[in-house]
Amino acid sequence: MATPTKSSTDEFIKGLWKENPVFVQVLGMCPVLAVSNTAMNALAMGLATAFVLVMSNIVVSSLRSFIPKQVRIATYILIIATFVTVVDYAIQAVSLDLYKALGAFISLIVVNCLILGRAEAFASKNTVGRSMMDGLGMGIGFAFALFCLGAVREVLGAGSLFGAQLFHDSFQDWVVMILPSGGFFTLAGWLLLFNWLKQRKAKREPTAALGLSKEVA
Amino acid sequence: MSSHELASPAAPPSIWHMYRSMVGIGVFCGLLIVTVFQVTRPVIERNKAEALQEAILHVLPAASTSNAYRLADDGAFEVLEGDGEQLVYAGYDADGKLVGLAVEAQGMGYQDVIALIYGYSFTEDAIIGIQVLESKETPGLGDKIESDPEFLSNFERLDVSLTDDRSKLANPIVPVKHGTKSNPWEVDGITGATISSVAIANILDRSAQYWMPRIGANLSDFQGGE
Repeated sequence: MATPTKSSTDEFIKGLWKENPVFVQVLGMCPVLAVSNTAMNALAMGLATAFVLVMSNIVVSSLRSFIPKQVRIATYILIIATFVTVVDYAIQAVSLDLYKALGAFISLIVVNCLILGRAEAFASKNTVGRSMMDGLGMGIGFAFALFCLGAVREVLGAGSLFGAQLFHDSFQDWVVMILPSGGFFTLAGWLLLFNWLKQRKAKREPTAALGLSKEVA
Repeated sequence: MSSHELASPAAPPSIWHMYRSMVGIGVFCGLLIVTVFQVTRPVIERNKAEALQEAILHVLPAASTSNAYRLADDGAFEVLEGDGEQLVYAGYDADGKLVGLAVEAQGMGYQDVIALIYGYSFTEDAIIGIQVLESKETPGLGDKIESDPEFLSNFERLDVSLTDDRSKLANPIVPVKHGTKSNPWEVDGITGATISSVAIANILDRSAQYWMPRIGANLSDFQGGE
């Protein structure tokens, strides 16, 4: 996946857009659908995941020659679970309200396949610096995607953004957008937009698009 | 002990290498978690205590300080020092005069247990405010029990006066359909959140049936504010 010609800036950029974990790779759908009912929850969840991703990428990559192949998955999970626990306590210390809103989903970052996926596919084969940039890019890309979903769902479902009322009282909230089904609708909308953009780009420059799809695969 | 030993993929690593990596990383992770736990514990406990204090002052708007009490075996109330099973909080105004009591209560909601605290004013013989402490009700529907102003206005003055023999509530707190509230002891429900709003009424009723006669009999226990 990583060729020597790629700079660490490229590793950072790719997670934001070209290989966005949610809109392009479609990974880690459980928190994406469950915790994106308000912009604030989505952003907090995204940043918590990004922190775990960066830290686990750094640790996995710096220990990559120390960990035997046979026990690598168990070791990665151990490292990821440790950082998730750290985040869990940190959020409780920062804001109890936020902790209540995110609930069990903080602990469930452990099983987010995006994090184990990056550890296995990237950090275990690349240097610490590149792994950190990869984690940062993917993490921010993930947080960005969650925020996109959360903002749309909160605006339509509750008529507010970050708790601030946007519309006149006569606006009828689309309650369905706050409920789980709203997560699917919103995700579908964003994926539609992203695929449409990709296809449009592919029509314009066929060769570049081929390279992109190969890389994602 | 270095990466050289693992350089050749053909040779499987020894058991020792596996143990070394798993146990080593395990010990390190354990230490990290213990450290973070120790560092954050006082902050988390302070946050929780502050949240509770805020809730007490919210349901007893006239109060500026509060004391925790627990029900002793002989039926009287005693001041509780430090942590433990805190159940009833007495609120005092700036002059140290008792203004009301805050009581914690919980019961089953739609998804999970709902924990709440309510303020009781003995001069009005009524519940004068509630705040939900913990709930996992459906976002957008059931969680209106925390935010719906019309629903919360039920608890600006919810009658909990006792019968003449002071053994139980004169009128149990009952949930009614939205818009049909006609008595001060009825709770006007929320359309679309029937189960959650009925749960609140039932939690309050059960708790008030238990606490109000006991509090009424021992009101003097709380007068000794600071």
